[in-house]
Amino acid sequence: MDITFSLNGNPVSLTDVSPTITLLDWLREERHLTGTKEGCNEGDCGACTVMISDADGSRALNGCILFLPQVNGKHVTTVEGLAAPDGALHPAQTAMIDHHGSQCGFCTPGFVVSMATAHLNGSADHDTQLAGNLCRCTGYAPIIRAAEAITDQPVPDHLLFLASNTEAPQPAQTLPLDSTLVQPRSADALATWYAANPDATLIAGATDVGLWVTKQFRDLGKVAFLNQCSDLRGITETDHEIRIGAMTTLSDLETAIAPHHPSFAAMIRRYASVQVRNAATIGGNIANGSPIGDGPPALIALGATLHLRQGDRRRALVIEDYFIDYGKQDRSPGEFVEAITLPKQPDTLRCYKLSKRFDQDISAVCACLSITRDGDTIAAARLAYGGMAGIPKRASTAEAALIGKAFTEATIRESMGAMVQDFQPLSDMRASAGYRLQTAQNMLLRYLHDAQGTATNVLEVAP
Amino acid sequence: MSIAKPLPHDAARLHVTGTARYTDDIPTPTGTLHLAFGTSTHAAGTITALNLDPVRNAPGVIDVLTDTDLPHDCDVSPSNHDEPLLAKTSVHHVGQPVFLVIATSHLAARRAANLAEVNITEARPILTIEDALAANSRFEDGPRIYQKGDTETALSAATHRLSGRIAMGGQEHFYLEGQAALVLPLEGGDMLVHSSTQHPTEIQHKVAHAIGKPMHAVRVETRRMGGGFGGKESQGNALAVACAVAAARTQRPCKMRYDRDDDMIITGKRHDFRIDYTVGFDPDGRITALDLTHYTRCGWAQDLSLPVADRAMLHADNAYHLTDIRITSHRLKTNMQSATAFRGFGGPQGVVGIEKIMDHVAQHLSLDPLSVRRRNYYADLIADVETPATAPVAPPSNTDADNASRGADKPHPMALPSAPDGLQTTPYNQPVTDCIINALTDQLATGCDYEGRRRSIAAWNAENPILKRGIALTPVKFGISFTLTHLNQAGALVHVYQDGSIHLNHGGTEMGQGLFQKIAQVAASRFGVPVDAIKITATDTAKVPNTSATAASSGTDLNGMAVQNACDEIRARIEAHLGEKFKTKDITFVDGMVKVGAETLTFAQAAASAYENRISLSATGFYKTPDIQWDRIAGKGRPFFYFAYGAACTEVVIDTLTGENRILRTDILHDAGASLNPALDIGQIEGGYVQGAGWLTTEELVWDDLGQLKTHAPSTYKIPACSDRPDIFNVALWDKPNPAQTIYRSKAVGEPPFMLGIAAFMALADAVSACGSTYGDLQAPATAEEVLAAIGRARA
Repeated sequence: MDITFSLNGNPVSLTDVSPTITLLDWLREERHLTGTKEGCNEGDCGACTVMISDADGSRALNGCILFLPQVNGKHVTTVEGLAAPDGALHPAQTAMIDHHGSQCGFCTPGFVVSMATAHLNGSADHDTQLAGNLCRCTGYAPIIRAAEAITDQPVPDHLLFLASNTEAPQPAQTLPLDSTLVQPRSADALATWYAANPDATLIAGATDVGLWVTKQFRDLGKVAFLNQCSDLRGITETDHEIRIGAMTTLSDLETAIAPHHPSFAAMIRRYASVQVRNAATIGGNIANGSPIGDGPPALIALGATLHLRQGDRRRALVIEDYFIDYGKQDRSPGEFVEAITLPKQPDTLRCYKLSKRFDQDISAVCACLSITRDGDTIAAARLAYGGMAGIPKRASTAEAALIGKAFTEATIRESMGAMVQDFQPLSDMRASAGYRLQTAQNMLLRYLHDAQGTATNVLEVAP
Repeated sequence: MSIAKPLPHDAARLHVTGTARYTDDIPTPTGTLHLAFGTSTHAAGTITALNLDPVRNAPGVIDVLTDTDLPHDCDVSPSNHDEPLLAKTSVHHVGQPVFLVIATSHLAARRAANLAEVNITEARPILTIEDALAANSRFEDGPRIYQKGDTETALSAATHRLSGRIAMGGQEHFYLEGQAALVLPLEGGDMLVHSSTQHPTEIQHKVAHAIGKPMHAVRVETRRMGGGFGGKESQGNALAVACAVAAARTQRPCKMRYDRDDDMIITGKRHDFRIDYTVGFDPDGRITALDLTHYTRCGWAQDLSLPVADRAMLHADNAYHLTDIRITSHRLKTNMQSATAFRGFGGPQGVVGIEKIMDHVAQHLSLDPLSVRRRNYYADLIADVETPATAPVAPPSNTDADNASRGADKPHPMALPSAPDGLQTTPYNQPVTDCIINALTDQLATGCDYEGRRRSIAAWNAENPILKRGIALTPVKFGISFTLTHLNQAGALVHVYQDGSIHLNHGGTEMGQGLFQKIAQVAASRFGVPVDAIKITATDTAKVPNTSATAASSGTDLNGMAVQNACDEIRARIEAHLGEKFKTKDITFVDGMVKVGAETLTFAQAAASAYENRISLSATGFYKTPDIQWDRIAGKGRPFFYFAYGAACTEVVIDTLTGENRILRTDILHDAGASLNPALDIGQIEGGYVQGAGWLTTEELVWDDLGQLKTHAPSTYKIPACSDRPDIFNVALWDKPNPAQTIYRSKAVGEPPFMLGIAAFMALADAVSACGSTYGDLQAPATAEEVLAAIGRARA
């Protein structure tokens, strides 16, 4: 396909672009812009961080799992584009020198781009903004000192246009049904093409599909890039319902869900990294059916409904019914996730994500628990877990042990005991089966202590 | 003087602008080829069939080589000649290179490498310590034993005795820049090698062998690495040799870099250890007898495992004076990646052993672990001890031997002096005459209010049923020098040009530690010029030959002295010339000027004057560390020129429901001698601490029952991220001159701070001990899962 974008302020037009060449490889191999580094080639280290800007603003993304068609129509800023045309360094660059923020320097361009993007967006939550950039030399302390030092400094003039960029609305589009590589601009266009090409690979944020290419060398066959389907993106609210478009990124979901379910938002903050959350979509997180995605347990606990579409046919199902078995979902060929709806409800949800490392780690266990009380009695319970079975799954026996009982430690312990009926987890490199079960049970106890005001969160302990 | 100034890293501006060139960034000539290994999917077995046709027929593939295609012996071991570049008939670990793909692009080579049909008749792999002991699968004939005093008698006489065990995992280096090499074929079959290596001479030596040429036919250049940490001391050999072989065959430039997963599956890591102990002690916690057994899984090849295991034994005492001690060390051969050098080189594993014992003894006696540690410290002592002259070493019998490697097997000195009477000595008989650990601990404990915080933590724990805090203050004493004595040498080459600019070269390599800047500061200070008058240049085997690895924290100590000697040689020539010209002996080099009696010249004028008078403005410098000798078989001698000290106090909080934990605060006081550059030294300390804490907490290597490494990417292997650093992180330098005569009386700072991270592990153990009255017996890495298990044991 043919694409155009701007690279560090200069227009680029490419014809016959392969759908699976990554921005990183193109920058390094075609443009000889070697400042952007390959550290892991799977979106986990941030050495390849680039800034991508469009009408929705600027965001940091991992160039190693970003396919060139995904930057069609966007501004791409690499480390080489941060200094002013006269050579004056960006404040992030100066601060990293002054605070000794680089040692071997290999991760540094990625850090600098992340810092410059956060700076442009006025984000000063440095631990969050930099969680997706790994450094093995410094222990991070001087990097954070550098990030703190530039908070009050102005955005350099030559980057200001990225903060106020507007884009013309895209015209309606009819896709040739025999195209093997498409970038639809609407859900309708996608629906028609996908119904005719049900064996195609859909690429939303490419944070998973990217690895199929960079690590598994899979041939994706026919491909549709969904990132220009603007009507699949975004969150709308009514008095009773929150509707989340499938192409809503985890970053946007975090912001939108925070007022309603802060614990869900806090868990999303720990979902991968800024770079991944800026690319990954909630639709992709559900559709790929992973048993360890963090979105589905929360959505199950909230009683979400999944909206699927195939051509003009739409259907809705309770989200847990989508997950049939490991690797098997209730989705027909040519059918795609269009949206998720959540009933508005009092917030009783607590999300507990357990992983080896706090930030940017896949959950060993993810518990999303919601217990509704009527006075002192438990009226309803939705205990949804990731990492405990081949699919995200409710602990129905444990739930049943709660209903109608008093919200006490005795009740909770009974429910914990019952949970052995619900799960037979696996042992793997993240955790043993025994640990998974023990902590899944203990998270119920945490829910009780949390509700009773006992300190249970190590992240909230002040030094 | 630029010495002692907190100047930024010399390449900081290049780093932040993305213009610092790493091996993969070097522009390559048209036609450059790219390589990838096809690797074994089995941990042990015999190759019965190898169908490479699908590989050869894949797009972009130029050639595919197996062992039989190699023109010369292509061994890539740094020690025992036991690592063929490509597997011959048998395979010894999952990930062992079996064939080499030469293709037109990196991606084409990787893709094609995946397509081979390899049939391997599986043998039962030896994976665990128990497997290896049962099969007597080991390096060296039997265990190495070092001892001092009479452990048996002292143990039976002890008031208290405890036995226990500490297992600790290995560690992936996770240098952000993976292994990489680029080889350009030159005329006459010579080769120019660009390698991301800590040891250019080793690369030169291995490449020369592989192409059947003398070392003079191979020139190796290394400007910088994107992190090394020991992982690029020997692990780059395979890539450079593969590129050289392919370049010789195709007569085209060849480049190879490992994809991250390949890097983690192919290359060696830190040695994991299990240490079993029986300790005797008095009612105050003073250790009176100690019997230690080290078990380490070395992987399939010897690599640097022997000196690593030696250094673990040499740090079994850490900062503690032990009189009756026996250390037995088993170096086990297993069907895994060949474990290799990693910051500390076995030292950290030895130190974790004794720190665990201190913790266990304290718990047993219900004493504060710090009080037990202090009671066992070496006494503070600064003494000048006359050291007997170094005994001569017999010449090597084999000139092909890998003499520049730490893995070299060397003859031993004829006679070893005994330590003077009455001095406190290490278990290997070296007098400890530079000890400051008591004063350093006092200053740190007072400064961070260890006692007060211990009390408030106890009160906090009493009020909190779910979360518990813990605190620990642990010391470090680390021996500085290569234990293979002849490696303690360095060379330098310095040119002064007629315009007064200075070209600096030495044998050390830059991997982020700031070595080049520190040494530029030395050179600038010798000539009294600003540091920007010095051009730092890539390490180059054609400029300075026969270099040692930049390892063992020795980079600045060795190369700084060699550079000083070279600079002083040139300065003396300029002085002699100017003294004669101006008839004075009063000459000083300061602030970019040369004051000659009443005259003042710019340094450039002085250089020009020397040039015009036909004075050589180029010199080599050489340095060898004095006063060291060591017999690794006897376990006796003075392997270390001096010791570096430090201590860290860490406070943590744990969650008793899940074992999740976090470092809240860390205070460090570290001995860098008279620091050459406090900013760079503090950078090493902060980074070393976090890397050490990572080793003992979240960094867990998991192999399955078939010997497959399951944690081979950052998605599954978790090094510390930004938010894992301590919320409060205070680092200070002890900053007193090194009693030993080192460059400007500084101390080596690369490895010692790594062991400060042990404070985090011991603080977790302390928090566990707040959960119950039984010893929690925390093992490493203390993942959340392990912490929860230890809480369970504490409550049992």
